[in-house]
Amino acid sequence: MSKDKTLSVGKSRGVHNTLVYMRQHWQLYILFMMPAFLLTIIFRYIPMGGILIAFQEYNPIRGILGSEWVGFEHFSRFLSSPDFLRYLMNTLKLSIFGLLWGFPAPILLAFLLNRIISKGIKQKIQLVLYMPNFISVIVLCGIVRIMLAPTGMINMLLGTQTNFMTMPSAFRTIYIASGIWQGAGWASIIYTAALSNASKDLKEAAVIDGANIVQQIKAVEWPAIKDTVLIQFIMSVGNIMSIGFEKAYALQTDLNLNTSEIISTYVYKKGLLDGDYGFSTAVGLFNTIINVILLVSMNKIVQRMNEGKGI
Amino acid sequence: MEKKKKVSEFSKHSAGDKAILLTGYIILGLFIVAIIVPMIYIILASFIDPVTLQNKGLTFDFSKWTITAYKRVLENKQIWVGFGNALLYSVLFTLISVVVTLLAAYPMSRADFKGKGFFNTLFVITMFFGGGLIPTYLLISKLGMLDTIWAILIPGAFSVWNMIIARTYYMGIPADLQEAAEVDGASEMLYFFKILLPVCTPIIATISMWQFVGMWNSYFDAMIYLNSASKQPLQLVLRSILIQSQPEPGMVSDMQSTAERAQLAELLKYATIIISSVPLLIMYPFFQKYFDNGIMAGAVKG
Repeated sequence: MSKDKTLSVGKSRGVHNTLVYMRQHWQLYILFMMPAFLLTIIFRYIPMGGILIAFQEYNPIRGILGSEWVGFEHFSRFLSSPDFLRYLMNTLKLSIFGLLWGFPAPILLAFLLNRIISKGIKQKIQLVLYMPNFISVIVLCGIVRIMLAPTGMINMLLGTQTNFMTMPSAFRTIYIASGIWQGAGWASIIYTAALSNASKDLKEAAVIDGANIVQQIKAVEWPAIKDTVLIQFIMSVGNIMSIGFEKAYALQTDLNLNTSEIISTYVYKKGLLDGDYGFSTAVGLFNTIINVILLVSMNKIVQRMNEGKGI
Repeated sequence: MEKKKKVSEFSKHSAGDKAILLTGYIILGLFIVAIIVPMIYIILASFIDPVTLQNKGLTFDFSKWTITAYKRVLENKQIWVGFGNALLYSVLFTLISVVVTLLAAYPMSRADFKGKGFFNTLFVITMFFGGGLIPTYLLISKLGMLDTIWAILIPGAFSVWNMIIARTYYMGIPADLQEAAEVDGASEMLYFFKILLPVCTPIIATISMWQFVGMWNSYFDAMIYLNSASKQPLQLVLRSILIQSQPEPGMVSDMQSTAERAQLAELLKYATIIISSVPLLIMYPFFQKYFDNGIMAGAVKG
């Protein structure tokens, strides 16, 4: 087993060692790594090559090599169309407002749960809070549509007959509120876990010292979850442009498109429903690039705050 | 008993704290009510005669109650086809995905693995950058996978995120275990399957749960890749009933007027929601013990 210890003596020696290692541990490469490697190359990297069609008038019969090149025409067409700003703003608003409302909700829930003394009651509450997480997007949107229909429960309570699903001004509220309804309980688990790590002794000491709840939160509970909150926040910000297709699409109606059409639903409609492959790919690429820029800059910020350690 | 204890704990607090606690409990209470009430409403409404439901809403006049919606949904073939397909896809996808992911995580967890940096970069890039919808679709189409089960099962089978989580878990297993195995002359395969995997059941169960629930609940891939009605998973069947308000033909076609059909279609939504949610809710308590494991694993930085 000493073969590994002679690393980096010389370059040719290093290559030789690597080959020896690979021959001895061939199973690691062939049996363990190969399936994941092939799947990644075929289904992740080959489509990256397909991005070329964003610069083409793609013709499925002629393929990528035979199609006509149009340079940045699709991009300029998208960027100069009046829809561009609307779809971009719809996407950004949906995710930023979603983050502003949706991010604090599970933290608040975790603080509240942490204040429940009886273990049995706490577990029962958690059981209820987690449950909506297991409802599918389609069923969730089905429930939302039923509740908000002109004859649905909400209208009955309000004594009105408003059709919320056709109101562009209601879409974001519906999307975000139903997201909190479904996800806040589940998302609170990670904070609950971090809070239970806050030393019990520390808290008891704080109570004996006569600290009130606000002081306890400041001195004991917040420090316990601060790091988790930071990581979660950074990951959420990094995902701002990758806001999901499935739910937005399932909550769309012909009449609320003004606010509900986001970039991912637009890419789908342009590409797969209208068959405008090149244009759709260009729009998708635009979205991906913004996302990468966001992630890289977020990572930079973290590195600066975290003394050089990124995520 | 429990209540008494809580009250006495509660009375220990100062007036200001009491106000804060009370507000907190009320917020929590409202949230729970907001979760439970729609569920109860849908359960109750699913039993009410469609005309009454549309005109009057919920009623406790039991002569207006009926199980016709359940009968119509359950007698329809398509919903069963959907259930069958969803189960098939979810089980196979979980199996393939978990095997590929667990295997790849093993070399990545070994300190001596040569090429780790290369594979790591290769995998992590795909978390942030990809070809997007159309290039992927064209590839699937070129490979002849359109309208086949493989389009659903294979492209997303390897999850980088889950691989990182499994790798982190492997790395927490004491190294003496592997050294002992190597001294005994056990091969990598033997060590992996006989020694490592058995002590990793919590993380395997957690990843399996994520993959299963994820596949069961998704509809996008099936929507774009599958055309045949016979291959539709449950979520697509639900989508036509719940979102597009187009129940399967046999469910409402015997009704005379359009109005009656519309009312019935509305009622069918309630029963469909209940029927489709039952399986996962039954499994829910079984999953529950893995929640915390999974979250802790997810909290480990990659």
